[in-house]
Amino acid sequence: MTIQVLGSGCSTCKKLYEITKETAQHLSLQQEVEYVSGSEGMKKIVELGLMSSPVLVVNGEVAMVGFSSDMKVIQEKILSILNKK
Amino acid sequence: MIDIFFPFQRLADDVTFKVFNLTPSSYIADALNFFMYDILKIGFLLLVINYFMAVVRYYLPIENIRSILSSRKWYGLDYLLAALLGVITPFCSCSSIPLFIGFVSAGIPLGVTFTFLISSPLVNESSLILFPALFGFKIAFLYNLVGILISIIGGFLIQRLHMERYIDPTFLNIKSASIDKSVHKHKKILVLLKHWWKEGFTISKTIFPYVVLGVALGAFIHGFVPKEFIEHTFLTKGFLSVPLAVLAGIPLYANSVSVIPFVEALVGKGIPLGTALAFMTSTVTLSIPEALMLKKVLKVPLLLTFFSITSVGILCIGFLFNAL
Repeated sequence: MTIQVLGSGCSTCKKLYEITKETAQHLSLQQEVEYVSGSEGMKKIVELGLMSSPVLVVNGEVAMVGFSSDMKVIQEKILSILNKK
Repeated sequence: MIDIFFPFQRLADDVTFKVFNLTPSSYIADALNFFMYDILKIGFLLLVINYFMAVVRYYLPIENIRSILSSRKWYGLDYLLAALLGVITPFCSCSSIPLFIGFVSAGIPLGVTFTFLISSPLVNESSLILFPALFGFKIAFLYNLVGILISIIGGFLIQRLHMERYIDPTFLNIKSASIDKSVHKHKKILVLLKHWWKEGFTISKTIFPYVVLGVALGAFIHGFVPKEFIEHTFLTKGFLSVPLAVLAGIPLYANSVSVIPFVEALVGKGIPLGTALAFMTSTVTLSIPEALMLKKVLKVPLLLTFFSITSVGILCIGFLFNAL
């Protein structure tokens, strides 16, 4: 399982990464949250067919597009993909 | 015309003169009254704007806008379409690059992409909704019309200059998945109404502190700064005032909703409307963070062209509204 935050490198993207890390700890998930930014992050976002940043990706699936500062929302989005199986 | 904001004025008056028992037309009373009234009014409009934008985003996500623009040949109409779509699309400098690459890699002409990039911050939901409430319908209509014209002309110029070679080529070859975001349209209307409200409220909540700051600054100017001081300190009249206002706005970067109360207070103190609008538009549109962001994909000549065209557009807005 992987959790990634894709961003263009802006401050909002970094904030989402921080909050997502916190959320993952809170959920006691073992996985590291990966932060993909700069050119690499933008490429990934465009490859996914998206045009906004940041993007939260769980197991290769888009969990959330855009920013939220609410840990509950992020938790919900992560779990909705994890519970799909 | 009936003032729909009358209850807000009533409330602001009550707080100023009854709760705090301030003397009418004293400095502090003027400032507090301005602050109360503008916080209520702009706070209310902020909620309306963000609710409206949540609805728009739901039915017309940016990915679908891209499909509309790349679906067929538009024979020049795409410039108008891109400008209009830019008006209703909220813009954040965070997304300017993915948006730019997404458009260009989908085969949308460079000029049309720039029309969208110019119009998105220049003409936006707040100039559509806040301007009529603060400056009247005539000014609001004219501003939005001129903004759309500027973005169309700007995009058209960039297309004519054939500047494709100034885009970092590594970004042009990305294969972008085309996704259809219209799959989730079976939700019940009540669920949707709640979803829009939640989304709009969350965004309003993040912007609100900046609005408070803007209104506080506006209230301070309104109450305490004498008209003569502004007239003496700033070059309010004359040819140079507009370019100077544009320059002053570049290092500042703010959300348009939070600059508006400040601009409103300046206009109240005798700064000509065009100069004030030029300052506001420059703050919102020309920003260093966005330039740094775009520099990752655009080479300097194209970036400079983009910023010059936008600056000239803002100067036109300034001169035009000063001449009215």
